[in-house]
Order: sequence, then structure tokens, then C-alpha cells
Amino acid sequence: MMMQKLRRSGEFIRFGCKSLISSRPNKDSVSRSVSGFVNHYKSKGKLFELSDGNYKTELHHPCISRNVGMLLQQYKCFGSSAASLIQRNPLFSSLDSKDVSYFKEILGEKNVVEDKERLETANTDWMHKYKGSSKLMLLPKNTQEVSQILEYCDSRRLAVVPQGGNTGLVGGSVPVFDEVIVNVGLMNKILSFDEVSGVLVCEAGCILENLATFLDTKGFIMPLDLGAKGSCHIGGNVSTNAGGLRLIRYGSLHGTVLGLEAVTANGNVLDMLGTLRKDNTGYDLKHLFIGSEGSLGIVTKVSILTQPKLSSVNLAFIACKDYLSCQKLLVEAKRNLGEILSAFEFLDNNSMDLVLNHLDGVRNPVSSSENFYILIETTGSDETNDREKLEAFLLKSLEKGLVSDGVIAQDINQASSFWRIREGITEALQKAGAVYKYDLSLPVEEIYNIVNDLRGRLGDLANVMGYGHLGDGNLHLNISAAEYNDKLLGLIEPYVYEWTSKHRGSISAEHGLGVMKANEIFYSKSPETVALMASIKKLLDPKGILNPYKVLPHSLFSN
Amino acid sequence: MPFLFDESSSPSFRSRNQNCLLLHLFCCSRPMKILVAVKRVVDYAVKIRVKPDKTGVETQNVKMSMNPFCEIALEEALRIKEAGFAKEVIAVSIGPSQCVDTLRTGLAMGADRGIHVETNSIFLPLTIAKILKSLADVENPGLIFLGKQAIDDDCNQTGQMVAALLGWPQATFASKVVLDKDKNVATVDREVDGGLETLNVDLPAVITTDLRLNQPRYASLPNIMKAKSKPIKKMTVQDLKVDIKSDIEILEVTEPPKRKSGVMVSSVDELIDKLKNEAHVV
Repeated sequence: MMMQKLRRSGEFIRFGCKSLISSRPNKDSVSRSVSGFVNHYKSKGKLFELSDGNYKTELHHPCISRNVGMLLQQYKCFGSSAASLIQRNPLFSSLDSKDVSYFKEILGEKNVVEDKERLETANTDWMHKYKGSSKLMLLPKNTQEVSQILEYCDSRRLAVVPQGGNTGLVGGSVPVFDEVIVNVGLMNKILSFDEVSGVLVCEAGCILENLATFLDTKGFIMPLDLGAKGSCHIGGNVSTNAGGLRLIRYGSLHGTVLGLEAVTANGNVLDMLGTLRKDNTGYDLKHLFIGSEGSLGIVTKVSILTQPKLSSVNLAFIACKDYLSCQKLLVEAKRNLGEILSAFEFLDNNSMDLVLNHLDGVRNPVSSSENFYILIETTGSDETNDREKLEAFLLKSLEKGLVSDGVIAQDINQASSFWRIREGITEALQKAGAVYKYDLSLPVEEIYNIVNDLRGRLGDLANVMGYGHLGDGNLHLNISAAEYNDKLLGLIEPYVYEWTSKHRGSISAEHGLGVMKANEIFYSKSPETVALMASIKKLLDPKGILNPYKVLPHSLFSN
Repeated sequence: MPFLFDESSSPSFRSRNQNCLLLHLFCCSRPMKILVAVKRVVDYAVKIRVKPDKTGVETQNVKMSMNPFCEIALEEALRIKEAGFAKEVIAVSIGPSQCVDTLRTGLAMGADRGIHVETNSIFLPLTIAKILKSLADVENPGLIFLGKQAIDDDCNQTGQMVAALLGWPQATFASKVVLDKDKNVATVDREVDGGLETLNVDLPAVITTDLRLNQPRYASLPNIMKAKSKPIKKMTVQDLKVDIKSDIEILEVTEPPKRKSGVMVSSVDELIDKLKNEAHVV
């Protein structure tokens, strides 16, 4: 349990960015998506026209690295593909005093927030990369209030941003302009827990860690675990189909969520809160909402299948000579460790060096330096049995030459020091300077090819690192350089997206599209598919008030 | 040893000293064995719970590992052996059958063989010390290493009791150990409340280890493979002829009282009232 608490998913980082950069999107070289759409993002007061006619875009705001203890504050502008510019949809109404009074009537004075400081936090995403300018945040206490809010907003054509823990990494949980923020944080009750079936029913505003603590007293665990668990809400996890570290063992939320209750744009409450493991009656609509990132409805209650807590957890840290061995090891692990395998992560030599150089109190568990390192974790109910199984598997792999060296953690302390290396990569990247992050899903045999190709392409300009959930085919590709520069960005994008697209991979494995990759969807989905998505969106939210400018390309909705 | 050549000393005195000389030569010519006691305890990172019947701490379905101080003790013994001062490191554990896992960990770290004294009873430090004394009488180690205390009972007694039963010198809370093979002496830095104390102890001696002594090695795969062929000898308390009757009985184990949650007050007046009349601090 302690081990799970100490783990962080590779990309749910807590550290802000530290470098200073100004990005000047050249009007001629605005990035284009594959289908040729170009969108323009003009946020009020954020575009500065320079004397030479180009625009300087200050997209980002003070970033604070929690690790450095709130002392370092620097402005950071990201040269990224959000050099695309979005325009505020003129069809949306603007908030007026009558609206505010109405909300105060239905929610009470306390739960209608106009206070500048609180709005500042709610308007800024967790990485301090995106900032909106909303003037109002609403805190409903129950589904009825959410329904009233949406019904009113729909009639008035006021845009709304559903917000949970605000820990997303693609700008999906904060307003782009002045959308009204609907934060479900007050809806944090656990409604029921069945100790026989393990089904937990709770409201969407429950913080994941609180749910995990509650379940721990009953001898159960949540089927998902990620670094943001101290702040993220289960409603947000479900809406973004969060992945995390236990995905390889328990599957995604599409499998573990048994039901949910959601409110659609016009205030209609959809009660799909089943607690049944099997229910084949009609179209299973909850799947539309899982992963829709709040664009089809606001999730208000979740019913999720939890797993019994198992006591025997073992962790091994392995060194492999080449990527082919890593792949073979994965196949062998799935076969030989089978039901007890609970995590399979990898990191390359560059990542290990980075961690050893930038973090304190970290040592390479393996005595020699190798090209690849793998973390294998098993979770089971019989300690001796699991231990023997893991040892037998590793010794056989050692004999076969798949593994060149390795160690097995003898207690939780050693295990957490192994995890510290894998999870510390993100922290180390922040300390090393500028970092460009990509979260890609690729066929396992291709995962490292993109790293090598990019290395060849960038040469001495930057340090390319690959690490991630090898067991799920999820690569966290990170490019580290001394500082941000457009030339480097130009070499990386759209090369990375095109490469991924060519191998039928996903440009966003876990993080979602949000506002960051809304225009990049065509790299991973066909135009017909996206067109059908747009139709569904128009059906459920004809006025487009829910989380606009995100997930799907804006151009599909502008008219 | 100056007494040896003092012709005026009594015959018994002389013979005792001759025995000492023989023992000294014996120790120097025979390479040393090190005995390390390791205890299987609830893993230090686990949140422990008291059993509902208050007889002890819940250990079912809970991760167990080698006591961290015992790990440090074993690491130090291995380093002494690698430096050439000892020929064999023997790991000993006393407890139920699962103690074999703990011994296997010890063997995987590098111990040469293990001894498992099997029992399902919970033994308190004095009984453990008596068992270790019996083993020491059989194995004749030059050093006995223990962790300074076990993290489940925090007794900090076993090492001291073993030394007393054997009549050996002891150096507890060691944060540095340096051996002088020629003089058969260990120089030990001890962490005490006032700072560091340095002692010279003649071997054979008992040393208990503290946190800053070393950082234990990881069990590497090649060593795990070698450990499979290392022997673990099973013994019982009867084999060692130890009296296990305990003078201490554990009556009850309870959790510390839960902290009362804070009370929100609605006004300064109410705060003053509470400080005056309830907390009695104003």
C-alpha cells in the first residue's frame, strides 16, 4: 500500500517549468493539422504586437516548481503547437448580473464564487501552461443543482467548463475564455460500498486518494492509481479515462466503471448508475461519457468495481542490453508471471543518467550501466509463492541472456527507491532545463524506433529520452534541451505526430486532447470517425456550451 | 600479555594465562566466523493495526521483511568478510517457518549459510539471547552482530543480553566498526545521546548496529542464484537445550489514544471562552 502511495505515473508531474522563452508564431508558419485546418487563438490582452509585425504570444504564466519550494517563479512561454490561435465563439453570451443572481438563488451565496483569487486558481491549469479568464465559478452540492445550472446555461447560451481536481495536462479543465466554471468539488460523498461484490458508488467530486484510504480500511483498492491522486476527482478520472499504473493489471476505466450518472447540456439527468457486472440491455451509453473530457456531459456519480487488496508485492529492477531483449522479456513476463504481473515499466540509459545527475539520494540498483532498465512488479496473495515465481522467471531470463543483471527489492523501502528512479525522471527533466513532452501509444516493437529516429534527427541539439509503460505500449517521449527554441520545436513537430500516425499509433495515450491537441486528432483518427464524433457532440450538446474549443477541432463547429 | 612471563604468579594463574595464550593463538590461526541474528518483522513501511482481541499487532496478510537494523548488521558482517577478516558469515533466525524467506534474503545478500530455529511461539529478548548463546557455544564465532533493536517491539535488549550471557564485551549502536586482526580488537564508534563514543573491544565480542553504519546492498540475481545452493540448518529449541519459560507475560496491546479532532469556533468570544473554561490556558 505504501508502495502504491509512493508511485507516480510518469506524466502526472507536479513541477512547473523553469525556463524563459518568448515564442513568436510567424504568421506564415502557423502549424497546420493534417486536414489543413488552421485555428487562431486570440485571448484578450495576451497578444502583443511587435514592431516587425509579428506577434509575441505569452501563452503561459508563472510556473512554480513545487519541489523547489515555491521560491523560483519565472515566466515561461512555450513554443508549442498551440501557436494555433483560437477565437472566442461570438454566439456565446456573456455573463451578466441577472445570471449571477439566478445562480445565487439556486446555489446559495457561498457557492457562487466571484472572488478574484479563487478564480485565479480555478482559471489556471495545474502545469501553469493554460489560463482562462472566467469571471464565475459555481459549486453545486448535488445533481439537482448541476441540472439546474446547465438548463439555465443552455437556455442563455453560456459556455461552461466542468472542473474536478484540475490536474489535467492538456488544458482541458480550465476555461479558454470566459466560460463559467462548474466545479463538482462539493459533491464528495461516498454513497455505498458493497463488501461482497466490491462495487463502490460515490459522487464525482470524491478525491481519488480519499477513496483509496476508505477502501483500504475495508481491504480493497481502487483499480486505478496515479500521481495526481491527492487532488484528482473520480469524476474527472472517468471523464478523461485516466490510465495510470494499474492499467496493465486491472484494465482501463471503460472496463472497471460499471455505471455513471451524468447531466447533459440541457440539464437532462441521465441515470446510468448501474452496479451490475453484466447488463446487456441496449446501447451502453456510459462509454460515450468515459473519456469525453466533459464535452458531452458532466459526470455527477460513479459506480466502480474495486479489487481486493493483496498483500504480496514484489519488485525487480532489471538491466537489458537492447530493446529487443526488453520486448522479449515483456512477452515472457506476461506468460510466466501471468496473473501476478502488476506493472512493467521501462526507461533508457539517458533517463537513468539524468536521474542520477539531478536527484539526490538515488543510486543505480544495478552495479553496471546498461542501455535499458525495466521495472517488473508482481502483486499476489501468497508471498512465498510469488517470490519463487519471480525469482525463477528472472533466473531463467538471466540464463537465456535476455537479462544482463538485476536486483529484487527485499522490502518496501528498497522497492520505493527503485520506483523513485522511474518516477523521478519527470522531476529530473524539469531540473535539466527545457523539456518537450509527448505521450504516445505505439506498437511495442516500434516504441524505441521513434526515440532513435528522433535522436538521429536532432543530433547534438537536444537529449532525447524514452521511458514509460512498456506493458501498455505507452511511450513518454521527452526531449530535453538547455532552453526552448523554435528551430528545435520545428524539428520535433509535426515529425513526432506524423511518425506516430504512420504507425497507426495514438498521439495521446493517456492524457487526452483537451485544448492542447484538439487539432491534432486527425493524426490518430480518420476524418469520417471525427465527423461522426462531431455529430454525436451536436446531438447531445446542440449549442456547444460544454467545454468548447476542446477535444474536437474547433473548425468543425464554427459556422 | 605480560603476566605470561611473571614467574612469581601462582600456578593456577599461570595456567589460566597459558590457556589465554593458546586461545589467542587459536583465534589468530583459525579464520573467524561471524554470527548474525536476523529477525522477520512487519515491513517498516506498512501501517500497522492492532488485532481486535488486543493480543498483539495484526500480522496476517501483511508484508513482512527483514528488520532494517538486522540488514545493516548483515551488511557489515559481509563487508568484514570481504575485507578478509572472516571466513564465514552465518545468518540465524528464530521463529515460524516463514523465517526461511528472511534467511534466504540473507543468503542472497551473501551470507554463507543459515540456521533456522523453528518455533511458533513469540519469544522475548531473554529467550532469544539464551538461544543465541547456545548457538555461539556450538559455532564459536569471533563476532556476533545484531541490529540494535527490532522495529516491532523496539526492545533494544537482545544484543546486550547475549553479551552478558556469554561474558563477552559489547559495543552497541555502532556507527563505525574497524577491525584490527593482529591485536584481535574491534574499534567501534557508538552513537550515544551526547554524540559519538569510541570503544575498543576485544574479540570475541557482540556488536549491535545503528542506522548510519552502512547502506545494505541489494540482492542481485546472480547472488540469488548462488543462494539456492546454500544450506539452511533447521533446529529446535529442544536441540539447543534452552529454557524458554518467560518471566514476562504480555497482557494487552492497544493503540495510542486517537487525537481528538479540532473544533471550529464561530467567533473570537467563543474562542476565548473555550480557552478559559475548557483548555484552561487563559
